[in-house]
Amino acid sequence: MPKHETPLLDQLQSGPWPSFVTDIKEEAERRHKNERNVEFQVPVDVCDDLLGLLELSYNDGTTHWKHGGIVGVFGYGGGVIGRYCDQPEKFPGVAHFHTVRVAQPAGLYYTSEYLRQLCDIWEMRGSGLTNMHGSTGDIVLLGTTTPQLEEIFFELTHKMNTDLGGSGSNLRTPSCCLGESRCEWACYDTQELCYQMTMEYQDELHRPAFPYKFKFKFDGCPNCCVASIARSDMAFIGTWRDEIRIDQEAVAAYIGGELQPNAGAHSGRDWGPFDIQKEVIDLCPTECMWIEDGKLMINNRECTRCMHCINVMPRALRIGNDRGLSILVGAKAPILDGAQMGSLLVPFVKVEEPYDEIKEVIENIWEWWMEEGKNRERLGELIKRQGLAKAISVVGLKPMPQHVQEPRHNPYIFWKEEDVPGGWDRDIAEYRKHHQR
Amino acid sequence: MAFVSSGYNPEKPLENRITDIGPRHYSDFLPPVIAKNKGKWLWHEIIEPGILMHKAESGDEVYTVRCGAARLLSVGMIREICDIADKFCGGHLRFTTRNNIEFMVGTLEEAKKLKEYLNSQKTSTGNYKFPVGGTGAGITNIVHTQGWVHCHTPATDASGTVKVVLDELFEEFQQMRLPAQVRIAMACCLNMCGAVHCSDIAILGYHRKPPIIDHEWLDNLCEIPLAVAACPVGAIRPTKKEIVTEKGETKTVNTVAIKTDRCMFCGNCYTMCPSLPLADKEGDGLVIMAGGKVSNRISNPKFSKVVVAFIPNEPPRWPTLAKTVRQILEAYAKDARKYERLGDWAERIGWERFFEKTGLEFSEHMIDDFRDPAYYTWRQTTNFKF
Repeated sequence: MPKHETPLLDQLQSGPWPSFVTDIKEEAERRHKNERNVEFQVPVDVCDDLLGLLELSYNDGTTHWKHGGIVGVFGYGGGVIGRYCDQPEKFPGVAHFHTVRVAQPAGLYYTSEYLRQLCDIWEMRGSGLTNMHGSTGDIVLLGTTTPQLEEIFFELTHKMNTDLGGSGSNLRTPSCCLGESRCEWACYDTQELCYQMTMEYQDELHRPAFPYKFKFKFDGCPNCCVASIARSDMAFIGTWRDEIRIDQEAVAAYIGGELQPNAGAHSGRDWGPFDIQKEVIDLCPTECMWIEDGKLMINNRECTRCMHCINVMPRALRIGNDRGLSILVGAKAPILDGAQMGSLLVPFVKVEEPYDEIKEVIENIWEWWMEEGKNRERLGELIKRQGLAKAISVVGLKPMPQHVQEPRHNPYIFWKEEDVPGGWDRDIAEYRKHHQR
Repeated sequence: MAFVSSGYNPEKPLENRITDIGPRHYSDFLPPVIAKNKGKWLWHEIIEPGILMHKAESGDEVYTVRCGAARLLSVGMIREICDIADKFCGGHLRFTTRNNIEFMVGTLEEAKKLKEYLNSQKTSTGNYKFPVGGTGAGITNIVHTQGWVHCHTPATDASGTVKVVLDELFEEFQQMRLPAQVRIAMACCLNMCGAVHCSDIAILGYHRKPPIIDHEWLDNLCEIPLAVAACPVGAIRPTKKEIVTEKGETKTVNTVAIKTDRCMFCGNCYTMCPSLPLADKEGDGLVIMAGGKVSNRISNPKFSKVVVAFIPNEPPRWPTLAKTVRQILEAYAKDARKYERLGDWAERIGWERFFEKTGLEFSEHMIDDFRDPAYYTWRQTTNFKF
């Protein structure tokens, strides 16, 4: 018998999509049966009480989780999010229900051995419920009590060689697309750069010293599968600056219908035979492609590397060989001042160990933001407040047309004194010699 | 429930302490064929919905079977996933950034067998455990936030709203019949931990009532200057107020006053001050945004736009939400061109036609009035459609 009646939640057990309600209920049952003889360190009915509390929210139309609470592990300012419910008498199993963020391996590959170790820890010392994964990318362990936090951290570090992730006003756990591990479009090794930057900035990740959160995301190409351009303060997006490699035989095979366009992504509907003129050449945003003597030609100098032609004909067209990445800064969701997309800061940088050029950009930006940023001001908001030109100058770059979509509309230019011959100090007496009052 | 120590000694917290070791290196986890061919992939193909094939320079092939999952997973469910990885994939698996699970095998035959196996796994209540799909010109898993399951500021639930929308659109997850991929995302408040603001279709929980002020406790629980500074529209100011306490005493407290007509219900004040809750059964609900994307393909990345200003919370199955998302998707599927993302379609036909074709009602709430960016969304031309 379930501990709480959940008539509303039970309605989420129907339908084809996997039901989190069924899963939580089954975990609740497993805990009660305890066939693995686990010495549970949080209440055995934690899952039952979570369902009971959630049912109450479904009835009330509001959350029953209280505001935060300062909990964590010794020496870290992030990685644990305190959580208490506002009905502890009715649902004692979830009176304390803290989240633990665990640093995820780049690209989210796992072995079953590793995941089982994690499950063992979390079954014994937590609710047995997780998010795989949180929005920022961490492994999220949902629900434990304060006395277990140090124990979990000890087990993660000693037994699993794994650390906590980030939370609060610090560097959030960096995340990346799967990159070169299984994608032909990766312009650099996103996993390795993500790992190296995570290791380099462990202190910033665990000890809050920033005005607000700061996110790094690494995308291997302009397709942006981890959405770095929209949701990271600093986005590292792979690109190239030489020529798209063309296999003319494969182009012919696409035209001839032997190969399916877009890697077969459209095979669920009859879109008619592939038409290279209509589907590739006419859709190219820069109109830099044409067919000549049956061959596909590209004026690479005009190409902006949007990826469409490569996406449509992955067997015929490949990314160039002179690869690197672009750095865009300041993306964020709407809180507080409205949503911002990442703005181009560094058009191109090679990705080479020890990544000094990249680190220099990061550290210069941080220094500026930590000095000038107000409490809870994201980098993008500071850039709006002080100007993109300022961001460009703090990283020591020369402004160039690539930095803007178009030049400014207004001529209200903030000239600096040193820009103007003679400076700003003038003598009024000298002026009055030639101009009556 | 006797306390079991892991070896941590609270008397000497620094003894044997290991810190700042970061995540495990990804190379500990790569399947052998992935490790061997890393950086040397030539091309890929989607063989059928849910099955990808990647070809390497070495001639090696890897077949990936992708399946959906509720993002909230129990350890029991993760162990089942591990069993599948052990049985079919030498103990390796991965997750996608959209919370799908991917299993990799060496041949198409194995992949098909695995797909069949995954599709045959059902829960005690008849749902799929691991539905295969989420590839190509279809919908993939909906990324989402915590909602009422675990968050202190949500305006709605996340796991529940996502479950009902994915039930409604289930066949689109297992098919590839749309003009392009459609990325749906869900965030349960404006804070947007899920960063849904650049999705083809975004489901967003939001509040519509200004905060309630817990005058008696505010000065004890909050820094008043922080609460004042937290408001992006300057609607909060410090004040003193005479109140009758819970115990019936009359006293004057330091508290805040709120200009409610300025409030845009962002909840940032509540994040800084727990004495300013704003969640409410009738006030809270959902907004649907559409037409955003993050890819640079053909057109620039773009923000999602508000196309439905309010849908009430209708737990447990949010029927209006599910129906409205379906309505948008159907209109798009019928009318858009091959490769055209939802936002590109809306821009080509014009937003006046978008509302006509989707059957959504346009209201004053869709005309932006928040600061400078609003101006750039108004029409400054006579080139409009009747």
